[in-house]
Amino acid sequence: MKRSTLFAAQLIFTCLVCAFMLVPVLLSLLAGLTRNYFQGLSSGLTFDWLVQVWQAYSPTVWLSLQLAVACALCVCVIGVPAAYALVRMNNRFSRAFEELMVLPVAMPGLASALALLLTYGHLGGFRGSWLFILVGHVLFTLPFLVRPVMAVMQRQHLPTLEDAAASLGAGPLRRFFTVVVPNCRAGILAGVLMVVTLSLGEFNLTWMLHTPMTKTLPVGLADSYASARLEVASAYTLLFLLMIVPLLIALQALSARLSRGDQR
Amino acid sequence: MSSALSNRSAVRADSRPLWRWRPGAAVALVPAAAVLLAFWILPLAHLVLLGGESRGEAGSGYWQVLSSGQYLSSLAQTSVLAASVTLAALLVGSISGVFLARQRFFGRSALVALLTFPLAFPGVVVGFLVILLAGRQGIFAALGLGLVGERWVFAYSLAGLFLGYLYFSIPRVILTVMAASESLDASLEEAARSLGASHWRVTWDVIVPGLMPALVSCGAICFATSMGAFGTAFTLGTQLNVTPVAIYNVFTNYANFSVAAALSVILGALTWVVLLVVRKWVRKSGGLL
Repeated sequence: MKRSTLFAAQLIFTCLVCAFMLVPVLLSLLAGLTRNYFQGLSSGLTFDWLVQVWQAYSPTVWLSLQLAVACALCVCVIGVPAAYALVRMNNRFSRAFEELMVLPVAMPGLASALALLLTYGHLGGFRGSWLFILVGHVLFTLPFLVRPVMAVMQRQHLPTLEDAAASLGAGPLRRFFTVVVPNCRAGILAGVLMVVTLSLGEFNLTWMLHTPMTKTLPVGLADSYASARLEVASAYTLLFLLMIVPLLIALQALSARLSRGDQR
Repeated sequence: MSSALSNRSAVRADSRPLWRWRPGAAVALVPAAAVLLAFWILPLAHLVLLGGESRGEAGSGYWQVLSSGQYLSSLAQTSVLAASVTLAALLVGSISGVFLARQRFFGRSALVALLTFPLAFPGVVVGFLVILLAGRQGIFAALGLGLVGERWVFAYSLAGLFLGYLYFSIPRVILTVMAASESLDASLEEAARSLGASHWRVTWDVIVPGLMPALVSCGAICFATSMGAFGTAFTLGTQLNVTPVAIYNVFTNYANFSVAAALSVILGALTWVVLLVVRKWVRKSGGLL
């Protein structure tokens, strides 16, 4: 049958694409656990490289986690009200604001980092602290929370619910915290997961904004790629993947649930 | 979710219902506006002005960039590379994306999950993965050694960069195409088929035009990402003549702030114009995104 050959061709093509995506990751896992990658697997498997990486680079892991959590908090505090306002207003001004908010993502990260560095770089205390990196991360990740929250808000018939709450005498603040926020929990959660994932992996901005005292995980990764031996670099990558893949799985499960809820 | 209230068709038809204008809502926008103003608009304005500053008799940063063959060729090379990566990713991603959206088979969801993971990999990691594929100790080197007796090493060249950019562009295209082809009207295809159109005719005359708005806007994002991708090029070697690396070198090695600022502004403007034109085009053609 003609269709079945086409099906097979497409399946093989897709599997090849998948191999292109997956083979290097597996190679990296393997290299991080092999005693000597140049001799191959026959040299035996070991956790020594992972231990070595942890001893050398564990501060970068903690700093990255701290940044990711702080970034998620900041983005929530700024982004959820912003999403609410944008959905509520829905006029020319709010659409222009939305464009403006997305711009830091479209712009090359290096350009944004350079702009921040040249404008605020002379403030020594701020420049040297991890807050400087946090600012960059918040700018970069903000749209990734606002977008899903806006999408959920637009689906939830919030005006009806809010009008009901208002008619019962709830003020704006109370409506926001007891009606709006609980009704877009799923959107906020999806946004937060995305923000944490992106913040953990952000490099383009961070490389320019970091100092030797504020090295994040991706900065450490770049360091190890440039100077450490292949096994150490691979073990470090393995550590990074171990942190990020559970987040991605949670994100996929959540977005699958969200889109199913949409279709119902 | 709120099924009791839902009126699906009305919500679908216009995802932005026109609500009453309430100035109270604008207050909620203040924190975000303050952050964007202080840390994005002001620094950006500063950057634009800085690019116009001149040091000595060399002229302003913009003039130095626009009159130098090296910077112009790096801008051209970056644009061509980003455009070719975009086209390749669109081709590969839409074949797989349509296939995954249409067919149901064992292992499909696992395949989708695996294909979309790399979306969140940072550029540095992608660069390292390219080294593992095509570097001196990569599998292509081993393959070449086994087949023709010489190592195939292309990770540290533009080909390696192409491979790396392709790596993080394909997942995005697959996701977009899957979402878009699920919202295509299947009855159009059935109609075409019942009128005797071959599989290729259906693909070209029904599926591709239907996906076009999604493909174009996704392509624009891939282009923008590839224009600004710094991590991959940084890992693969700083002698590659792409603009983000050039900016980095000018800034750190020569401390020439006005040229670095001018290059950033020009690269950003180039990216932004492409995004803007594409957005206009999609909106005019009545697309979904």
